[in-house]
Amino acid sequence: MTTPLANYLILAALLFAVGLAGALTRRNAVLVLIGLELMFNAANLNFIAFWRFNPHPEKLMGLMFVLFSIAIGAAEAALGLALVIAIYRHRRTAQVDQFDSLKG
Amino acid sequence: MESVIKYLWLMPTAPLVAAGIGALLPRRQRLLSAALAIGAISFSFVLACAAFLATLNSGRAVSNFRWFDFGSTSVQLGWLLDPLGAVMAVMVALVSLLIFVYSLGYMAKDENFTRFFCFLALFAAAMLGLIIANSLLLFFICWELVGLASYLLIGFWFQKPSAAAAAKKAFIVTRIGDLGFLVGMLWLYDRSGTLLFYDGGHGCLERAVAGGMSSATMITLMIFCGAVGKSGQLPLHVWLPDAMEGPTPVSALIHAATMVAAGVFLIARVYPLMTPDTLQVVTWVGAVTAVFAASIAVAQSDIKRILAYSTVSQLGYMMMGLGAGGVAVGMFHLTTHAFFKALLFLGAGSVIHGCHEEQDIRKMGGLRRRMPVTFAAYAVGMMALCGVPLFFSGFWSKDAILDAAQHWSVSQAPFYLGLIGAFLTAFYMTRQICYVFFGKPANREAEHAHESPPVMTVPLIILAALAVVAGFFGTPAWPWFQSYLQGGRAEFDLSKLVEGNQSQVMLLSAGLVAAAIVLSGWIYGRVASRPARDMDPLEAAQPALFACLRRKFFVDEFYDATFVRLTAAFANFSDWLDRDVWGGLVRTVSWLVLAVARFNRGVDESVVNDGFDAGTETVRDSGKWVSRLQNGQVQRYLRVIGLAFCGLLILLLWGAQ
Repeated sequence: MTTPLANYLILAALLFAVGLAGALTRRNAVLVLIGLELMFNAANLNFIAFWRFNPHPEKLMGLMFVLFSIAIGAAEAALGLALVIAIYRHRRTAQVDQFDSLKG
Repeated sequence: MESVIKYLWLMPTAPLVAAGIGALLPRRQRLLSAALAIGAISFSFVLACAAFLATLNSGRAVSNFRWFDFGSTSVQLGWLLDPLGAVMAVMVALVSLLIFVYSLGYMAKDENFTRFFCFLALFAAAMLGLIIANSLLLFFICWELVGLASYLLIGFWFQKPSAAAAAKKAFIVTRIGDLGFLVGMLWLYDRSGTLLFYDGGHGCLERAVAGGMSSATMITLMIFCGAVGKSGQLPLHVWLPDAMEGPTPVSALIHAATMVAAGVFLIARVYPLMTPDTLQVVTWVGAVTAVFAASIAVAQSDIKRILAYSTVSQLGYMMMGLGAGGVAVGMFHLTTHAFFKALLFLGAGSVIHGCHEEQDIRKMGGLRRRMPVTFAAYAVGMMALCGVPLFFSGFWSKDAILDAAQHWSVSQAPFYLGLIGAFLTAFYMTRQICYVFFGKPANREAEHAHESPPVMTVPLIILAALAVVAGFFGTPAWPWFQSYLQGGRAEFDLSKLVEGNQSQVMLLSAGLVAAAIVLSGWIYGRVASRPARDMDPLEAAQPALFACLRRKFFVDEFYDATFVRLTAAFANFSDWLDRDVWGGLVRTVSWLVLAVARFNRGVDESVVNDGFDAGTETVRDSGKWVSRLQNGQVQRYLRVIGLAFCGLLILLLWGAQ
């Protein structure tokens, strides 16, 4: 009946890989942010999975961790989007490969 | 006495402050600088009078202080008030005051009036300091300061090359004597351990010099060298006539009345140290100088030079008086001479001023009517200098010297030299008076001569009065001056005038003086009234002798040919040594250093610099290449991180097996 821990971890790893690929390859800043969110949620999934298979799940520690993490993730997403909008207003584009003002 | 000695230091300090302020004043503050100098010297005069009054009753007071310590010994300086210094201080302050006032008129048109008064005040400060110094060292310091002031004032018109040369000559020639003085002073310090004159029984004048008679003689002879230089005695007299290049008030103050007398004063001050041998030398030098200079004065034609040689001659008398007769005899002549010689110089200044800066007596004449006040004063000075009997101070002081010389145990020669000198003095002074004041004017300038303003004639009148009065303080009938110096009390006794030996000497010298005046008046009275005055009658009679006298016995030429040339040759040798030998050595070393430096530069430029350049070039190129990695594409960075992460992961996994 129960799914073993490894399946969750594999799912999370896949999710992370998909997020990473998105973050690395998409040129649109919004999609890069979405990739970041995927990787973030892969990590959250790991937390939940490890908490569920913990010998003392009644302590709710992993759950609390993930709740905080989601709250922070929401703030981070809002911040990221705000940055994207600010950059867009400034440069009239959201294409990440055109932002190269950090080069030495 | 105590309060006076306490404030005695103010006497030189007041003019010194005036000089200091005067030096800072701008050039146009003429009246202020003169007022400062005259005010300061008036104050010093009042103080000197107070000091003089204080010494009338009590003998001597000293106030010593420590200057500095080195090791366990300390150098002490101090102020001294005794009759010798007090009478000198009054004389110097009074003559200075009169001459300062006179300078107001004489220098009125000079643009460096302010500087003149600054220097005069400096001189007065140094001279007064010298008089009241209670330490040979302090004495020496002030002695050098008066030398400096003299240098500055002789060269006051330094635009004239002759004035600049005369200033240098005065400074260098007196320096020769001062070297002897310095050596004597150090020697004395070595022998006695102190340079204080009086120190409650421990001063160098209060004890016999250790090492006996011979070392005392050497020390005092060395000190006498300084006096010879300063007082223009043979053979260092050459600077004094040249010093007449300075303004006439300076000649009167420094080179006739006060500074040149400092040498005499020095001998009087250290008289307790003097040994009979030294005194003998002093007497001989003085006697020879007296005649030597007087004979030169006969043939001079510059009014100030005649007076300058006369000063040298009179200083010789003072030395003779000191050597043969003691402090009182020499100092008495010093005091009277100061008054009448200052008078003569100021009179000469008035004449020069009136004749539009003409100094040649042959180009004057007939000034008696045009400058009556000057003439009267000058005549008084001339008679005082000649020693016209009874009413003129020079008579009394000179006869005291002659009397002392006659009683000198060593030799009678100085006495006869003194008589010859007295004859010559009367002769050349009469000659000068004839040329300047009698006869007809020699040219238009002399015809249009004018009397000087009162600011110049009033000091003349005062000095004329002093030139008469000063003599009465030291007559044989009332030897107040002599007993004052010795701390005794004088008795008034007219009978001493006629009794004994001195009256014979007086008669003899008076006869000589009268003969000289008549002879000279007879010769030159006729010349002066002639229109052509170029040929001196003596020159016509004895051309060779006259030329010799006019050229001052060729002393300057002799010095030029010997000492000056020797010095020049030595200087040339030193120059060669310096330029070619030491300079060559230095040049060789510098060439070597340059060669080493060139080599170093080569190494530096081609090895070190180029090596570094190549190294930095490489570093910069690699930096450029590396910097291409940072292209601002955040995703690319992330990709690299991702790849690295994967690589790391693989490495870890592989390593775990």
